[in-house]
Amino acid sequence: MKTAFFVLADALAREVHEHETLLCAFAGERSDFVRFNRARVRQPGSVEQRMVTLRLVRERRQASATLAIAGNGDDLAQARSALARLREALTRLQEDPWLMIAETPRSTESVRRGTLPPAEDVAQQVTARAANCDLVGIYAAGSVYRGFANSRGQKNWHECDTFNLDWSLHLDTDRAVKARYAGFDWDSRAFEERLEAATVELARLAIPRRTIEPGEYRAYLSPCALEELIAMMSWGGFSARARATRQSPLLRMMHGATLSPLVTLTENTLDGIAPGFQDEGFIKPVAVPLVASGNLAEALVSPRSAKEYGLTPNGAESGESPESLDMAPGNLPAADALAALDTGLYIDNLWYLNYSDRPAGRITGMTRFATFRVERGQIVAPVTAMRFDDALYRMLGESLVDLTRERELLLDASTYEARSTRSMRLPGALLGALKFTL
Amino acid sequence: MPDRLEQGFRKLKSRADFWSLRHVEETREQFAVRQDIVEPPAFSTDRGAMLTAVCGGGHGYCATSDTSDAGLQAALDRATAWAEATRAISICAYDPQRMPVPRGERIESARRTPSADALYDLLAGVCRDARIDERIVERYAALALRTVDQVHLTSTGGAVHQRFHSVVPQAHVTANAGTVTQTRSFLNAKQGGLEHIEDCGFSACGAHLAQEALQLLLAPNCPAGRMAVLLMPDQMMLQIHESIGHPLELDRILGDERNYAGTSFVTPDMFGRYQYGSPLLNVTFDPSLPGELAGYAFDDDGTPAEKVWLIRNGVLERPLGAHLSQLRAGLPGTANARASGWNRPPIDRMANLNTEPGGSTLAQMIGSIERGVLMRTNVSWSIDDSRNKFQFGCEWGVLIEDGELKGVVKNPNYRGVSATFWRSLSAVGNADTFEVHGTLYCGKGEPNQAIDVGHASPPCVFRDVEVFGGVEG
Repeated sequence: MKTAFFVLADALAREVHEHETLLCAFAGERSDFVRFNRARVRQPGSVEQRMVTLRLVRERRQASATLAIAGNGDDLAQARSALARLREALTRLQEDPWLMIAETPRSTESVRRGTLPPAEDVAQQVTARAANCDLVGIYAAGSVYRGFANSRGQKNWHECDTFNLDWSLHLDTDRAVKARYAGFDWDSRAFEERLEAATVELARLAIPRRTIEPGEYRAYLSPCALEELIAMMSWGGFSARARATRQSPLLRMMHGATLSPLVTLTENTLDGIAPGFQDEGFIKPVAVPLVASGNLAEALVSPRSAKEYGLTPNGAESGESPESLDMAPGNLPAADALAALDTGLYIDNLWYLNYSDRPAGRITGMTRFATFRVERGQIVAPVTAMRFDDALYRMLGESLVDLTRERELLLDASTYEARSTRSMRLPGALLGALKFTL
Repeated sequence: MPDRLEQGFRKLKSRADFWSLRHVEETREQFAVRQDIVEPPAFSTDRGAMLTAVCGGGHGYCATSDTSDAGLQAALDRATAWAEATRAISICAYDPQRMPVPRGERIESARRTPSADALYDLLAGVCRDARIDERIVERYAALALRTVDQVHLTSTGGAVHQRFHSVVPQAHVTANAGTVTQTRSFLNAKQGGLEHIEDCGFSACGAHLAQEALQLLLAPNCPAGRMAVLLMPDQMMLQIHESIGHPLELDRILGDERNYAGTSFVTPDMFGRYQYGSPLLNVTFDPSLPGELAGYAFDDDGTPAEKVWLIRNGVLERPLGAHLSQLRAGLPGTANARASGWNRPPIDRMANLNTEPGGSTLAQMIGSIERGVLMRTNVSWSIDDSRNKFQFGCEWGVLIEDGELKGVVKNPNYRGVSATFWRSLSAVGNADTFEVHGTLYCGKGEPNQAIDVGHASPPCVFRDVEVFGGVEG
């Protein structure tokens, strides 16, 4: 894909007129998707896709066109046609005061090869090993490609092989445990160990469930549960534009509110799997501090926001949300989490979060999969799904007792339109109180 | 029917028992004005094909953006290999004799679209009209034009060609004072062209949204307690979607979605007898309602689409289940196998899911409420994986006391349980109050798919609901 993209970009660059700048962004993948239900295959398939976005700039005007290309000789004619349409569109536009493009070419390349067996083999292995289980989920694997080129000579390429087996084991309609095995090199033994661990956890759900009354409970959030909370914070919380237009869920932090000093969040591009450049060719810094010891730090600034608000761009895409978010660890050994929880709820997963009062940072959501009642450091019973509704400033502020020393790298299993390259590295969190409402 | 595509398909070779092609070309044009500045226009053309094969009871697919003869043949070979490799471990045995063989077309004529200058004048006007106060901190107006052209061909002679146009006018205005921020928004996505933009009130929404956002800044929080809610059609859209549409999806009931979108509190034995709501509740799957966003003649498996009653007089009749799910479950269903694009396989989805009109005027519904809140325009949605315990919030609330509208309240939220909520339905608006809406981003499936759905409804009254507001102070 790399060669075909740069050949296309070079050909288009040769056709750029005087006073024009052409930016080309590429997103492609070769993916296998195997969907499972009841430890059988529900839908197996493969997808090969290539999307090119052309952004034409002339005399401080800009327009873009995104094309699905075939990866063959037809692509140039299609791209030329799109270019002609962009030229025509520019004639109708006024100057764009918020236009910013990368002025100095900086070329980069990163390739991370993985070891991925044929997906058919994984399908056979999963169905065979889980034959006595009710396993549901998806295996998504293959190569993801991102590229950038402009008519000023900059070239960037990012290529990464990953797999993500995102699954759950079910005891019956409402009792299940969630598991995930993701990375770069598939290891059959590692999968079997995770399956075995999930099976052991599932057995804990077999005892009668408790229904707990609404109210406040001490709670431990696993890294996977905390991922849902941090994802909600990331929905506008670190965006320069959301801050400037007062739509950030961290609005109160702009007025002096703080989180616990334990909370330090960083956009850590260096250790993630996302590309080190964004769609307009700006290079991302290796790290951007977002929350430092509970205080609001820098924002993620896209080129457009930089121009609009007089800021310095820091490689953010137009959505200005983190792609490789990293939370600093705490002091609690993960092995001591149950003992430290003492009496309360051990929550493996949260689900379907949303803001119930966005400017105030209040969030609602559900527990899902394995949630346990813990008494004196021992799991005593699973509990039915419960709804919480609580403010970020409590959950990650006054109620935050500690974070675990150990962290997990969680590769985003999302596959909307394309396989995600987002990730988070998170600890678990012990909360002195979490408010449940239904 | 695009001849080149069909000629290419008919030349394909396979050892599969059955194969099909679904070709999708989707073009979009996105125009926007924000803070009185024209945003860069964005055009897109997404084109590709999914080849599907059934072989020895197995099933596989391969999607490619290379639609040359060689590209299609390579994709069919890969799909066939998948079917062969998984036939012994497939969740069900696919019978090539029972695959649909659709024939027909639904081609919407070219729509009227505004000139570029007229379009930008419209968007600039909406944005400018919202600039009424220094507390207005963001003004945004946008219009998306979309055309989807789909071809479905089968090795058994099936051939379907469909083309749809849709327009999506949207706007939002945000006001801020200190730590209080309030937004009012407009979204009215429908099939069609310029006539819809003219009819939906978009051109006049800028000042109206700004005035309402400013009103919300000064409004008290929504009161808390058990009371009635009057949900206007743009919130009924969300209520139907989350707590009727999703639980009735047959693939969820069959367990396919348990790892991601979730399961359902509905079980197969409930169909034909379960009292889902009060006798006032009537819900239909209707791909034929003019202008509604997800209308079509055939679904993506090739099943002819028609209006079907899902809930009649409060009693659950049938699920949202497409051809394959119907075979797996042994239940009747609907033509609702849908894919978000050429690169995702069809699954059971909502399409147009509507609440049928009742007999009340809006004035009668307001007059019937001793204490309650009128709510409009969804802003927050959360529901458990069985689609039972929900909590929804709206942008706009109006307190109702003693049958009269008393004043605006901010941050109106309510929560409940689907299995009991619909039984508290006490009034349904008549045909004059019926509105057609649509949403663009219904997420589901592994791999994930976001798809557009249409929802039409009158306003409805629900009794004894837990209502609450935002954070005080």
